[in-house]
Amino acid sequence: MSELLRFATAGSVDDGKSTLIGRLLHDAKAIFEDQLEALARVSRERGDEYTNLALLTDGLRAEREQGITIDVAYRYFATPRRKFIIADTPGHLQYTRNMVTGASTADLALVLVDARKGVVEQSRRHAFLATLLGIPHLVVCVNKMDLVDWDKDRFDELRSEFRDFATKLDVHDVSFVPISALHGDNVVFRSAASPWYEGPTLLHHLEEVHIASDRNLVDPRFPVQYVIRPQSGSTPDYRGYAGTVAGGVFRPGDEVVVLPSGFTTTIAAIDGPGGVPVDDAFSPMAVTLRLADDLDVARGDVIARARNHPVVDQDIDATVCWMSERARLEPPGTYLLKHTTRSVKARITELAYRLDINTLHRVQDAGSLGLNDIGRVRIRTQAPLLFDDYHRNRTMGSFILIDEATHATVAAGMITGVGR
Amino acid sequence: MHIFREVAAEFERPVLLFSGGKDSIVMLHLAAAAFWPAPPPFPVLHIDTGHNFAEVLAHRDRAVADYGVRLLVGSVQDDIDAGRLADPGPRGLRNPLQTTTLLRSITEGRFDAVFGGARRDEERARAKERVFSFRDEFGQWDPRNQRPELWNLYNGHKASGEHIRVFPLSNWTELDIWQYIRDEAVDLPSLYFAHRRSVVHRDGMLMADLPLVRRDGDDPPFEATVRFRTVGDVPCTGCVESSAATAEEVVAEIAASRVTERGATRADDRISEAGMEDRKRDGYF
Repeated sequence: MSELLRFATAGSVDDGKSTLIGRLLHDAKAIFEDQLEALARVSRERGDEYTNLALLTDGLRAEREQGITIDVAYRYFATPRRKFIIADTPGHLQYTRNMVTGASTADLALVLVDARKGVVEQSRRHAFLATLLGIPHLVVCVNKMDLVDWDKDRFDELRSEFRDFATKLDVHDVSFVPISALHGDNVVFRSAASPWYEGPTLLHHLEEVHIASDRNLVDPRFPVQYVIRPQSGSTPDYRGYAGTVAGGVFRPGDEVVVLPSGFTTTIAAIDGPGGVPVDDAFSPMAVTLRLADDLDVARGDVIARARNHPVVDQDIDATVCWMSERARLEPPGTYLLKHTTRSVKARITELAYRLDINTLHRVQDAGSLGLNDIGRVRIRTQAPLLFDDYHRNRTMGSFILIDEATHATVAAGMITGVGR
Repeated sequence: MHIFREVAAEFERPVLLFSGGKDSIVMLHLAAAAFWPAPPPFPVLHIDTGHNFAEVLAHRDRAVADYGVRLLVGSVQDDIDAGRLADPGPRGLRNPLQTTTLLRSITEGRFDAVFGGARRDEERARAKERVFSFRDEFGQWDPRNQRPELWNLYNGHKASGEHIRVFPLSNWTELDIWQYIRDEAVDLPSLYFAHRRSVVHRDGMLMADLPLVRRDGDDPPFEATVRFRTVGDVPCTGCVESSAATAEEVVAEIAASRVTERGATRADDRISEAGMEDRKRDGYF
């Protein structure tokens, strides 16, 4: 299987984000003839001058009628080099909630900048949210370069402006590509209009950006998801702990510790799906661990190393994005907190501040958080959580809050500042 | 793997929708792998239109025995006989009728999680579908009121009477499915591979020349080498001319294909552009 790259896009309606995705899919030959025909027909009916590639990603009828996208939509395409999943998020009102959702699983974020308008507030917001969610790679597409006559100085100016801003963010890999999504310059094919640009096209960059080292191979973490005990058939004594590796590398013979009990044992064997023996298990492989000793291990436990294990604590500090339209986050609200494979009751004991994502200022005495607000909270859990800092391990540092009355997912949380 | 295990851990009565078609066979194969050496800890449910390809039914029964799961059948014919559904006629489309039978079967079985084989790449209305898709007590889907789905943290909480549709293949494409079938040597009904058969032209599609298939005018049937890209209700499932006789050859053919599988062969999806969105709201797969 070729390597998978998940990327998130963000931008407002006018940035040409939908056009860019349509262009990428079209020029990468990921649009099929029947889809293209339908697109051409709808474009003609609307009186569009070109086959409107933006229509391709405007999914549901309601949003086609309103001319906006209302949610995260996932798109798929592949080149001989890689498979791609695009999480396409809208740039309007609900953008924070949707972008946080789309960004949570992304390896890379595409940020669109209109060459005429420059690095506007919204571009900064998107870049900030992408880095808040721990996306390791940013690509800034300076779009509509045709409308500034492919002016190299303008591109350089925007690049240094964005770089200045990015120094405030926790991101190490930022690239810039001058493009015209409408005409396809530097999206899949190199543009003749920008001989001064020596970098890769957008697609080439997406194909080549190095993501293998983004996953944590240092800290062994295995949240137990499900206990497999057939108790019958040809394997009556089989007992395996199934789960998805969240960090590090596990090998048969490794000495491990089971948390929270603290018992130590060794890995007797690792079974892949269907019983295929596995020599090295690392993130995000789904495997089953068999242990040398008969221990009481349950869903929600974490298997790690005696000298490299997650933090075990009932008080956590986290940054949360509030996602409920109906209720507000307000101490001492209680929720169900789901973290890896463990769900516990949790109380918000303190709202330290709300973060203004336009200015990055901390608003003290915020009192409560509403839809799309981001804030810093302290949470007390009923039972200990086994966690790591989000920036070290996205799986071990993330959680959601669930409203016990409505069962809705009301917040996304990132545990940060661990060990400070 | 992660999704199957998460559902088995958090729900009391999951069930896997199983038609004997390739996506559902791949789902069952994955489920079996996820719980090895135990059998999948849930039964499979076939919503049976009564208009099946005989070979697919035979394959269904064989697969169920091989994987050691229990088969439940929800019969559209039962709902027609009981007057809950109007009979669309001997060659009418029964696909849209499956919704009633599906919802009745879910209620009667008290299932709280229902695995479906839908993929987001199939259709625009599905691009925004969640992996855990919440349905109200009437089985309805509200695209504006979906739960945000973050990281791999799935929220399976719901009130009693409600259920969750789970789509483990959400992020797979048709090509992924076929590569998996090839790599894992998954056994499929032979309809999916090139074979000679009598076919007829209809609505610009190629249909099997079978009694259930309505014909347009006097177009005579003819012999062709074809395969089916999807296998559904006989009256609305078309085939494509193809010489791909193995999974490897199908993978090569799909990689070069310029038409989506539904655009090529599913009459039911041609009804209208928003056809799927409407059916999904009503509780369809």
